[in-house]
Amino acid sequence: MTLKTTLSLGLAAGLLAGAAAQAQTEIEFWHAMGGQLGETVNQLAEDFNASQDQYVLTPVFKGTYEETLTSAIAAFRAGEQPNIVQVFDAGAATVIGATGATIPVEQLMSDNGIDFDREDYISGVRNFYADADGQMIGMPFNSSTPIMYYNADALAEAGVEPPATWEEFAETTAPALLEAGYIPLAQSHLPWIFTENFFSRHNLQFATNDNGYTGVDTEILVNHPAIRAHFEALTEWQEAGYFEWYGTGWGDNQDPFEAGEVAMWLGSSGSFGGIADRVDFNFSAAMLPYWEAVTTEPTQTFIGGAALFAMSGFDEAENEATAAFFDFLDSVDAQVMWHTETGYVPITTAAYEATAEQGHYEEFPAAEVGVQQLQLPSGEWTRGYRMGFYVQIRDVMNREYGRILTGEATVDEAFAIIEEEANELLARFAQTQG
Amino acid sequence: MKRAAFGHIGFPILLLIPQLAIIAIFFYWPAGYAIQSSFYLEDPFGFGSTFVGMENYTRLARSSNYMSSAWFTLIFTCLVTFFALAIALLLAVKADKVIRGARTYRTLLMWVYAIAPPVAGLIGVMLFDQSRGNITQLLGMMGIEFRLGVNYWDTATAMISVSIWKQIPVNFIFFLSGLQAIPRSVREAAMIDNRSGTRRFWDITFPLLAPTGFFLLIINITYSLFDTFGIVDTIVKGEPGNNPMTLVYRVFVDGFRGQDLGGSSAQSVVLMVLVLILTIVQFRFLERRIHYT
Repeated sequence: MTLKTTLSLGLAAGLLAGAAAQAQTEIEFWHAMGGQLGETVNQLAEDFNASQDQYVLTPVFKGTYEETLTSAIAAFRAGEQPNIVQVFDAGAATVIGATGATIPVEQLMSDNGIDFDREDYISGVRNFYADADGQMIGMPFNSSTPIMYYNADALAEAGVEPPATWEEFAETTAPALLEAGYIPLAQSHLPWIFTENFFSRHNLQFATNDNGYTGVDTEILVNHPAIRAHFEALTEWQEAGYFEWYGTGWGDNQDPFEAGEVAMWLGSSGSFGGIADRVDFNFSAAMLPYWEAVTTEPTQTFIGGAALFAMSGFDEAENEATAAFFDFLDSVDAQVMWHTETGYVPITTAAYEATAEQGHYEEFPAAEVGVQQLQLPSGEWTRGYRMGFYVQIRDVMNREYGRILTGEATVDEAFAIIEEEANELLARFAQTQG
Repeated sequence: MKRAAFGHIGFPILLLIPQLAIIAIFFYWPAGYAIQSSFYLEDPFGFGSTFVGMENYTRLARSSNYMSSAWFTLIFTCLVTFFALAIALLLAVKADKVIRGARTYRTLLMWVYAIAPPVAGLIGVMLFDQSRGNITQLLGMMGIEFRLGVNYWDTATAMISVSIWKQIPVNFIFFLSGLQAIPRSVREAAMIDNRSGTRRFWDITFPLLAPTGFFLLIINITYSLFDTFGIVDTIVKGEPGNNPMTLVYRVFVDGFRGQDLGGSSAQSVVLMVLVLILTIVQFRFLERRIHYT
């Protein structure tokens, strides 16, 4: 072989390789799933890439939820946005409010000829990332809902069952657990569990404009007698030793439960996998207790966690790739894998049924509680909420709740401040949309 | 000193351009942009914005919460600057006297310098952790209940201690070289004149260290105001709640986490003005009292 032929052969091979690479559409996916979760995301991406040869998806870890959203916004403004970005619950109003920044997932799917039926989704999942008409804008991905974990050994020792209502907790469960030497209750993320989902569990209106779905001139209705009574009860329980607050940090409240000091902990259904790995006692989970004084028919909670948004500004081929990835994620296999590996809830009824068929819930009954709670009867106010600058509103809540639980403010004072500052933030957000 | 002479004005300007360009691109342009956006409320994605005039500023002035952050920043800066300088000076004076094993002492004292602020913060979180922290347990044995993340001043104490600890090595290095730059003859003369070590220190050594001290004062104030960001962030775990936070951290919380670009810009403009005033005060009044040799 002469040098010339070698060269031309090499060139031809190079061209062929180039052509092959070009035939594959490459898309990027920015997410906030670190550690073990990040590895599961990489696994999903690998599975997707292996399932077909037209598209290549590259997942990129971008830090916390807030950092991921901020990076995506900055990238969008610079015209360098990723095809898919993961946005968390409190950031939903920001990204959904920016019409034109994303392609609604339902539209993306139908444009690319993929069957999409919102009724396939579990009811507590369907609405949070949807617009006022119920059209799904974001594709729910890592969805979780608050549930109550309990140390089964501790409850057995105290001779009590997990409480269904807060009245039962205060009268029966907590005194018995305290007697048995445990701190009865702790919880993580007060705004999420004891505010947003508190309103949903009791079917109370959280904000005007249909909880904020139908307009931006929204006012928050957080200063409600039921929730004030709940926080009054919390301070009394704290005094009596029934409840302990370990600060705003998520883990600070979870650690004492895992260490066996706290008998019941309110956390995320997505925490299931981590707890199972770390604790050496028998644990299980139950639905969030409710106040019988407020309602006798408790309703469902809605999802927290995050959703995937398809960003706009790409050609048809790339959008097609994004749609294909969403379709893959929705598939029963991918959902079952994600649900069983991470503890996040499956988003479709079909995936839930498939997981049940595998016998997963017989082995881990606690893994099913979140899904069941999301399927409870819904009410007028159980879809979720849509409020701008909500990350800051949560910061205000965290600050004021901290002041309540350290005795620096009374419940009434704190809620008046939350209401005032949150409404000011909402008014400001409305102005940004002008 | 020999004067350098240039025939044309063009050449020196040409030489200055790279530096000026860097300042313009990385300081004036963003600063100008911050000033501009502090008068607007803007949608994060840039789709809509409303001119609100001074509203972002008046809102800060009205916010009791912003004011309490400002107070905390002041207390924080004073404490961190004072203790980081005082402890480093004490250590430097002691290390200067050591003859045997001096190198080991110095290396050990400088070691912490290599730690990044977030790592320092993380070490602080571990030491002060509510249930497992060694310092928390030690304090518990002494009957003091220390609750990081729950009690405002406990969190503040952890923030301040870690910030001081992180800054000591830098100050130590400068003080030590400052001390070693004092001529031996001066020290010996002082030794003959005065037997009291403390008097010798305050009358001779300390004034001779003043230029180093002044430089370090500015560096330390800037450090407490801005570079402690990583420490504050790790200690409050990204969610301040009712824990204390510094003004710089607040800019991040509202702007970067909360997407409130206008409000956050107004805060950074306020900070910019504060730093400007501080710099003027330092160079106008403080530097006059310092004698350079």
